[in-house]
Amino acid sequence: MKNSVPKIATRADLDRVRDAARSAPDKDVREKILVCTGGGCMAAGAKAIKTALTGELKKQGLEKEVALVETGCLGPCVVGPVLVMSKERVFYQGVAPADAAEIVQEHIVKGRIIERLAWKEGPHKTPLPLQAEIPFFKRQTKIVLRNCGVIDPNSIDDYIGHDGYQAVAQALFSMTPETVIEEMKKSGLRGRGGAGFPTHLKWAMARKSPGEVKYILCNADEGDPGAFMDRSVLEGDPHAVIEGMLIGGYAIGAHQGYVYVRAEYPLAVERLQRAIEAASERGLLGENILGSGFNFALEIRKGSGAFVCGEETALMASIEGNRGEPRPRPPYPALKGLWRRPTVLNNVETFANVPFIIARGGAAYSALGTERSKGSKVFALAGAITISGLVEVPVGTPLEDLIYEIGGGIKGGRNFKAAQIGGPSGGCIPREHIAVPLDYESLNALGAIMGSGGLVVMDESACMVDVARFFMEFVQEESCGKCVPCREGTKRMLDILNKICAGDGCPEDLALLQELGGQIKAASLCGLGQTAPNPVLSTMRHFRDEYEAHIVHKRCPAGVCAALLVYSITDACTGCGACKRACPSAAIAGSAKVKHIIDPALCIRCGACFKACKFGAVLKA
Amino acid sequence: MILTINGITVEAQTGQTILQAARTHGIFIPTLCYHSQTGPTGKCRMCLVEVVGMRGLQTSCTIEVAEGMVVTTESEALTAARRLVVDLLLASGKHDCLSCEKSGACELQDAAYRLGIERPSFPVEEVEPTDESSEFVYFERQKCIKCGRCIAGCNAVVVNEVLDFAHRGAETKVVCDNDVPMAESTCVQCGQCVQLCPTGALIDKKARGKGRVWELDKVNTTCPYCGVGCQMTLLVDRGRNRIARVTARQVAPNRGTLCVKGRYAYEFPSSPNRLTHPQVRKNGRLENVSWDEALDYTADRIKTIVQRDGPDVFSAFGSGRITNENNYAIQKFTRAVIGTNNVDHCART
Repeated sequence: MKNSVPKIATRADLDRVRDAARSAPDKDVREKILVCTGGGCMAAGAKAIKTALTGELKKQGLEKEVALVETGCLGPCVVGPVLVMSKERVFYQGVAPADAAEIVQEHIVKGRIIERLAWKEGPHKTPLPLQAEIPFFKRQTKIVLRNCGVIDPNSIDDYIGHDGYQAVAQALFSMTPETVIEEMKKSGLRGRGGAGFPTHLKWAMARKSPGEVKYILCNADEGDPGAFMDRSVLEGDPHAVIEGMLIGGYAIGAHQGYVYVRAEYPLAVERLQRAIEAASERGLLGENILGSGFNFALEIRKGSGAFVCGEETALMASIEGNRGEPRPRPPYPALKGLWRRPTVLNNVETFANVPFIIARGGAAYSALGTERSKGSKVFALAGAITISGLVEVPVGTPLEDLIYEIGGGIKGGRNFKAAQIGGPSGGCIPREHIAVPLDYESLNALGAIMGSGGLVVMDESACMVDVARFFMEFVQEESCGKCVPCREGTKRMLDILNKICAGDGCPEDLALLQELGGQIKAASLCGLGQTAPNPVLSTMRHFRDEYEAHIVHKRCPAGVCAALLVYSITDACTGCGACKRACPSAAIAGSAKVKHIIDPALCIRCGACFKACKFGAVLKA
Repeated sequence: MILTINGITVEAQTGQTILQAARTHGIFIPTLCYHSQTGPTGKCRMCLVEVVGMRGLQTSCTIEVAEGMVVTTESEALTAARRLVVDLLLASGKHDCLSCEKSGACELQDAAYRLGIERPSFPVEEVEPTDESSEFVYFERQKCIKCGRCIAGCNAVVVNEVLDFAHRGAETKVVCDNDVPMAESTCVQCGQCVQLCPTGALIDKKARGKGRVWELDKVNTTCPYCGVGCQMTLLVDRGRNRIARVTARQVAPNRGTLCVKGRYAYEFPSSPNRLTHPQVRKNGRLENVSWDEALDYTADRIKTIVQRDGPDVFSAFGSGRITNENNYAIQKFTRAVIGTNNVDHCART
């Protein structure tokens, strides 16, 4: 059926397809079930739920009246699989295939809301069935994620029906490349990949660069631990990225684009590929787009899992078929980028903002945010937070609001200790700064960065030295090895951190870490090395006492660093022998019904006794 | 174009890098990964400088000069950055200068000397074993600083495409083909990697233990193997009257390259089978004679035979091991003096 659909050759064609897409489903369909098929819900079993619902609808003879649609990430991944009954936007969470019958029977046939599957809010677990009532959704402002959880990412008609490709039409017919860039300037959009470079400046530089052949690239090589914004956008709204790149291509004068996406995102690759094919088939990619005379082709290039290929020049080297290593700048990519041609690289989230800015105007976008950081930002909440998932808020929203009002606070009612923002290039924000507004300047002042928006929340059980060690291990493994400070220096920093965590640290280590960190930042070739020491430096700045506890007192206050733990048995011991049986190194002695004792010389600090004790008699300190 | 380096006004050409401009004017900027033959890469971070108006430290090997540019090549921050690089590199392998072939000609040793670093401040790493498999190249990986000059030389200068980096980060290493021993690889043993290596990681196997750079006399000469006329330097052990090794000169026509024969087949001057005098067969035995006698004898015999039997009994063979000019003279002599077209050459197929 789709194949027979004619090309969208003019702006009028586009409007016709939009109007048709808007009215078509309403004729026969009285309800649309949107099943979230973002990565998280897919992993939780969304496909099986869709199959069960399909079967159930058929059984009830409702398959014509009720449409079942796969949609992109709705956000609260932790309660997945989730789905939305689109008529009233009733939100169901934690759905299992076994619930299909009840959903069809109760909700569709009888029109009754199933409270059991509804969102539970607050200490009394009050059910909130309507999406609009749920604080997690209410506090968000969705621009990038505007279509995620609303449309079917596999349907170009659905996207067009939601005003898709209208922005590019507007740019091609009512704007010059210069006015497009001017609008981007008004929006104040800054690169969402991490560094926050003003997008309009990048575009203007590439526009002015001499040369017939220019390229526009999309960085979808999202690699920060805990970040999944770009994946979700590609999975949930791939056409928005394509449209953003089309507008960018028109603005700088590029006729070829590449999306560099990591191969570990198979679903994102699949949906983007399908979207590119659909857009090409309809004539929205290719030659003479909408009859404007503008040509633009788009291709996917898959990355093989090197974190450094998220760095722009390394990404270009990788597309060229070379080893993924960064190149010195200048020359900047806007002058000499991919294949030494003027090139613009923006990330997925940046491009997804563009259609909104062009369609609604830069002013509408810059109305959100702070004085110097405009618009909205997507954050991936992970770690010790109650609702881990994907959220979008105006830039400048306080961290505290994000964690407590949207994210539902810390898991298990524990206390907030720190948030790691910006991934391995970022830093930790301690409790005393929890009110910090999430904008580029405020975060930089605290030694962290906005980064791509990965936000790992930590409670008191996190050891900050161990966290720093984790990130250092990550960058050390992901260093490309090209320049000496990053290749050799990060390894030395990791060695020192390992030493400290093993209880072999000495007071000089702190000064050495500080010095090494500063030197690596100053002397490294690319952004990876220049920011690699940040997690260490920021934890040393905000949690110096924890480092000192490890080094001076040989203690890990959070009880994480195994080598520094001392296990002992208190008087609560009943002599049941569970710990003795669990101990792999025969370090526990004691006869039945008599208090047991741990021999510290034999103890390997594995924690097996701690887990085995049912009476809380094993003490970890 | 006028710019300022360390307060000194210098003139530079458009397209020159800061490093080139500085070196032209005798201003020293240390480098490890830069080589004029392989170009800038920005890897080693030794050539960092400060440029007014540019954020952070910049690699002078990659930044082109601009009118009015103000550059500083020495400062506390730059020394600290360079010290870090050398310190980390010294700890990254076993850089033992005491018995190293490259001592005295090692760029890492020079850098450590200039910065006054005696020992690395980090524990020395254990690294991969030495690749002794090949005939002429001794690859001691523990002295490799991963500057990539050998790789650039192999791929971009002589285009043999054998060497490359494998793995990532601290695991990065130089490998032959798909990480096979050099002897099993497609390497043709041209020794370009040895020529370019700044440390003692890649050295001439035959030259090991035959003397360090300051113990050997340097004799510039032309390679005798073919007509190209490659320029080379013989490193000669005068005491033993032997050639210890051969390196290429950075001049035309070979510009720092040599083939396997030119670089490694240098024993023939001291071969006992080598003719050291002209000889003439007398009474069935070859006897040493003077050049005059030998030439007179030859000229006389040619004259007699050609007069007796005509010019076509004479023929001349040129050689690929002599120059074009020599070969030209041979054919001219044969045609103009003898009067025959019987001229041939070993390279005629």
